[in-house]
Amino acid sequence: MTPAGASVAAPKGKGQRPAPPPPPESLYVRRADIFPRAVDGFYRRLKWAIMAATLAVYYVTPWLRWDRGPYAPDQAVLVDLAHRRFYFFAVEIWPHEFYYVAGLLVMAGIGLFLITSAVGRAWCGYACPQTVWTDLFLHVERWIDGDRNAQLRLRAAPIGPAKVMKRLAKHGLWLLIAMATGGAWIFYFADAPTLARDFLTGQAAMVAYATVGVLTATTYVFAGWMREQVCIYMCPWPRIQAAMLDERSLIVTYKDWRGEPRSHGAKRAEAAGAPTGDCIDCSACVQVCPTGIDIREGPQLACITCALCIDACDAVMAKIDRPRGLIDYATFEDCRAEAAGAPPVPIRRTLLRSRTLLYFGLWAAVGMAMVLSLGARTRLDLSVTPDRNPLWVRLADGDIRNAVTVKVRNMEARPRPVRIELVGLPGGALWDSLTNERSAARGLTITVPADQVEKRRIYIRAPRTAPDNYALRLVALDGEPAGDTDELRFEKPEEGE
Amino acid sequence: MADTNLPSVETTHHEWDGIEELNTPLPRWWLWTFYATIIFALGYMVAYPAVPLLSTATAGMLNWSSRGQFAQEQAAAKAARAGTEQALASLPIEQIAADPRLMGAAVEGGRAAFKVNCVQCHGAGAAGSPGYPNLNDNDWLWGGDLRAIHTTLEHGIRHPGDEATRMSQMPAFGRDGILNAGQIADVVSHVRVIAGAEAPSRSAQRGAQLYADSCAACHGAEGKGDRALGAPNLTDAIWLYGGDRAALTQTVTNARYGVMPGWNRKLDAATLNMLAAYVHSLGGGE
Ligand code: SF4
Ligand code: SF4
Repeated sequence: MTPAGASVAAPKGKGQRPAPPPPPESLYVRRADIFPRAVDGFYRRLKWAIMAATLAVYYVTPWLRWDRGPYAPDQAVLVDLAHRRFYFFAVEIWPHEFYYVAGLLVMAGIGLFLITSAVGRAWCGYACPQTVWTDLFLHVERWIDGDRNAQLRLRAAPIGPAKVMKRLAKHGLWLLIAMATGGAWIFYFADAPTLARDFLTGQAAMVAYATVGVLTATTYVFAGWMREQVCIYMCPWPRIQAAMLDERSLIVTYKDWRGEPRSHGAKRAEAAGAPTGDCIDCSACVQVCPTGIDIREGPQLACITCALCIDACDAVMAKIDRPRGLIDYATFEDCRAEAAGAPPVPIRRTLLRSRTLLYFGLWAAVGMAMVLSLGARTRLDLSVTPDRNPLWVRLADGDIRNAVTVKVRNMEARPRPVRIELVGLPGGALWDSLTNERSAARGLTITVPADQVEKRRIYIRAPRTAPDNYALRLVALDGEPAGDTDELRFEKPEEGE
Repeated sequence: MADTNLPSVETTHHEWDGIEELNTPLPRWWLWTFYATIIFALGYMVAYPAVPLLSTATAGMLNWSSRGQFAQEQAAAKAARAGTEQALASLPIEQIAADPRLMGAAVEGGRAAFKVNCVQCHGAGAAGSPGYPNLNDNDWLWGGDLRAIHTTLEHGIRHPGDEATRMSQMPAFGRDGILNAGQIADVVSHVRVIAGAEAPSRSAQRGAQLYADSCAACHGAEGKGDRALGAPNLTDAIWLYGGDRAALTQTVTNARYGVMPGWNRKLDAATLNMLAAYVHSLGGGE
């Protein structure tokens, strides 16, 4: 904290500024309650639509079914932690294929650049869970307590039966929504219908109840009590996104060259010949803002670019018969041009430019690569680890034997008979540790259970005159042309050894 | 767009080169959260072992300790394994081999026991060295099925003090004066011929008669050895002490007596079973 004496140098060279207010007593302040007013307009309706879509996706997804046959779960989207599988409609991801998840993260990263460079902090204003649930909670609050003025009156009112009832109803509904939020989350991790039944009858795993408990608490506290505080103090996103904006990214901005000077009594001022701006200082834009800021003070970190102030001001402009867009999505560049007298720039012009197109190209390239590799990946996979100690063993008849450990992954939801064949190594034969040398042959047939890894130790014998290189080839015996080949080196003693 | 002179925002009255620092106090709940973490830490210190003392630490009111938890987990794991351990200790090795689950456990247990008791002679990969058999190959002096391996483990080879130990004794043909140096050279020639290491020669022809008189009783007329006596097969590619002329001359002259301890005095029945299973699984098991 600044000692009061340190403020001597304050308004040097800015004589027109009012004397600075005394420094505040404390580094910590009580949160000012915010009662955002309801508003209607284009962006509000867009927000409703996005809220409906995101909530529907979140709540409905775990209940979608997808038939994968008898050996795999029939849930369309399932994170099966116990068996380490991730199911996403027709795609099944195994732990060793985690690079698909990494690819999605890369796409999300580039997508963030793309969206932010094109439309600024659109994520914050429309799709962020904190925004969506806070919006929902605000709506419930308005439904029970009434709009801004009624809420202010209710807060001032003494505690009585009506107030208690309203408070109980509001917090009860909030808690219900919060619980539904946490409840839906766990369905992504287990068969939803079974888990729902177990959960209601008290038979679900402890971790399910704990998860629902924690998510209920966080949703209730974050969306009901903390709201904009999460955006301003807890979320790193605004810092990151603000750093990714440039002169040509869309942000919500107040066009002061058009609004200023604010004219409270415009008619009178005009009559008196004083200059007037379009802003009538009605503070509608401040009252609707869910983060409680005044956008007329310029772009600021607390603005989540939800555009509700645009709707509010547009309504006011319509009433006083002025063109809309005193507050509007605009880029810094357009603002400068407009302030210099150019006409407003249509939004779509800012969406298509080299930076956004470059990001889009990158984003699409990663996506295409992932789709292509998904289509080309084999669902039957062989991996071979040769023994290191000993590298080779001399057998009684003078042949040399190598040992390897093979893993066969059957990533399909059905058992598959496969054959492991020796390629190269004339005179060679192989057998596995479940049998013995008497069953040595050029190949070995095993059945890999559905969705499982089969691990076998395999012995490979060949005369020491055999060539150095050979391969183990995996062949699917069920007619599907899927398999894999591993090149190996046949280890044998040096000459004279 | 508004200019950046924010009339309603307080500053801290700090100014550097015309840039002023805005005063944006943290919300109070932040402060309370901080206090809450301090209270939590104090509670934690009281409840759990926390304050280090000279040789120990405060015990905490819940009587919890990571050592105690570890002991509990160990006991639980032991209890879960009890059935398997019991079976490994009491069943004969043939019955263990008939149960894939038991056999899997035996091989894994044997792998661990081998690392402790056997690697000193047979090597970490069980590949042996001159005088110490390679357990990976398919050549066995005393037999390579589970029972034979188990018996060798149990009673050892030439283990003094064990009645049932496996015994074989080759005469020291040179040292004891049974054969002279020239005769030994001839026997060595013959042995190398039947092992396919050398072309037939006059010396080998002479050695064949000597072999029939002195060696065939144990190693067999064709040199194929005799497992009942622990007599090695002389015609295969594997030599315990080396198959070149020098090593063979040395062997015939002085004889060799490798010793392996009988492990039944040191290891329990379960460990013997597990070791037999592991050695058998190395690739040469019969
Ligand atoms: S200033 Fe406008 S766009 Fe920004 S958060 Fe407030 S209402 Fe939303
Ligand atoms: S809503 Fe529009 S007219 Fe009203 S105060 Fe805000 S900017 Fe000015």
